Amino acid sequence: MTQAAIRTDSSEPMITMTGVGKWYGAFQALHNVDITVSRGEKIVLCGPSGSGKSTLIRCINHLEAYQEGEIHVGGMLLGHQAKTIDAVRREVGMVFQQFNLFPHLTVLQNCMLAPVKALGLSKAEAEQRARHLLERVKISEQAEKYPAQLSGGQQQRVAIARALCMRPKVMLFDEPTSALDPEMVKEVLDTMIALADEGMTMICVTHEMGFARQVADRVIFMASGSIVEEAPPAEFFSNPQHERTRKFLGEILGRH
Amino acid sequence: MGRDEFLFLLIGLKWTVALSIVAFICGGIAGLAVALARTSGIAALERITAAYIAVFQGTPLLMQLFVVYYGLALIGIRMDAWAAVSVGLTLHASAYLGEIWRGSIEAVPRGQTEAAKALALRYISRMKDVVLPQAIRISLPATIGFLVQLIKGTSLASIVGFTELTRAGNIISNQIFQPITVFGIVGVLYFLMCCPLTIYGAHLERKFATSAH
Repeated sequence: MTQAAIRTDSSEPMITMTGVGKWYGAFQALHNVDITVSRGEKIVLCGPSGSGKSTLIRCINHLEAYQEGEIHVGGMLLGHQAKTIDAVRREVGMVFQQFNLFPHLTVLQNCMLAPVKALGLSKAEAEQRARHLLERVKISEQAEKYPAQLSGGQQQRVAIARALCMRPKVMLFDEPTSALDPEMVKEVLDTMIALADEGMTMICVTHEMGFARQVADRVIFMASGSIVEEAPPAEFFSNPQHERTRKFLGEILGRH
Repeated sequence: MGRDEFLFLLIGLKWTVALSIVAFICGGIAGLAVALARTSGIAALERITAAYIAVFQGTPLLMQLFVVYYGLALIGIRMDAWAAVSVGLTLHASAYLGEIWRGSIEAVPRGQTEAAKALALRYISRMKDVVLPQAIRISLPATIGFLVQLIKGTSLASIVGFTELTRAGNIISNQIFQPITVFGIVGVLYFLMCCPLTIYGAHLERKFATSAH
């Protein structure tokens, strides 16, 4: 099988977005977005709802098409052809707010489906990989259960394991804890922190500012489809440059 | 009514069952194609299949059978009654099942398709492994409901001269002049086919209603 492959030259950035613009009809959701993410870097993306942060990460694996600019993932231009889109998706894992586990499949089958169908692994290899990763997210004893039998936190950890079964080079998190009951947020964040400690390149859309402080190399603040400000967390929280950032931080930190 | 007359009705019943099965299976295969075309996101394909569905839902089944049986003969395609009613009922079933399954495919949450895309699954695998297994479950009560309609609909094949259960009843009734008895029995035979399906459909509906979360 010949597949367009992502280059693994470590000096090259993992993701570059240059001048990315995105429209829904007449509404412009992203304005001229420039981001460079190095290998192993952890980015937290925050901003008020409707600021375009989810749209932005959904462009990286082409769940949303973008109309302007360029996105490179692992040195490969993410165009609109099925071939490059598939190649990028094989390397980029995503975790959703609503988990989106497949309800008709067991936990183990959820984790095995894509490695078998999209990577061509044998069932035995895929099962071994799945059990290993379920162990890593501390949920191996639930492998034979169906998603509906698990708590929200457990489901989200399965969703993380399912994405990791593809051995991605980048993980995208789209508000992974927003749909969880408060007591389950920590188990998911701990799983994400462990993943970060192993050197995964991560882009997380989240309002968990404690997580941002602990894990992020850079915090990016967006509003109205544009990047307003980006800085390392210490600087971002202690000395925000823009009025909109200060207002947002006041609201979000005031709530907690 | 004697044993021979009853056996004649059973032969008619056999053809009703055969016609129902052929129309359901062939209509199911074509209906899946219609449903997939209808949800393909390709505008031209969606419009064509929408029109196809509208034509078959907007005209009587009897007229559809007439068009296939007489209309095709007029343009030189000769078919015997069995083939003509099979084709007619298959087309009819494909439009209805296509519409039922379109609705079911669209009822599967969008996040399922997105998760499958994010996992680099291609269209065929997304449909076969993720969307359709869930859509089929959603569609089962309506699909069984349509199957019941289809079984009863096969009685219209009698009008173009195909000897299924209703026409067999008509023939016997004309011979022995006991229409109440004969059509009573014919009715009971239809009921025995359809009622268990209806009960099964209701059972599935209750089962899914309680397991929904």
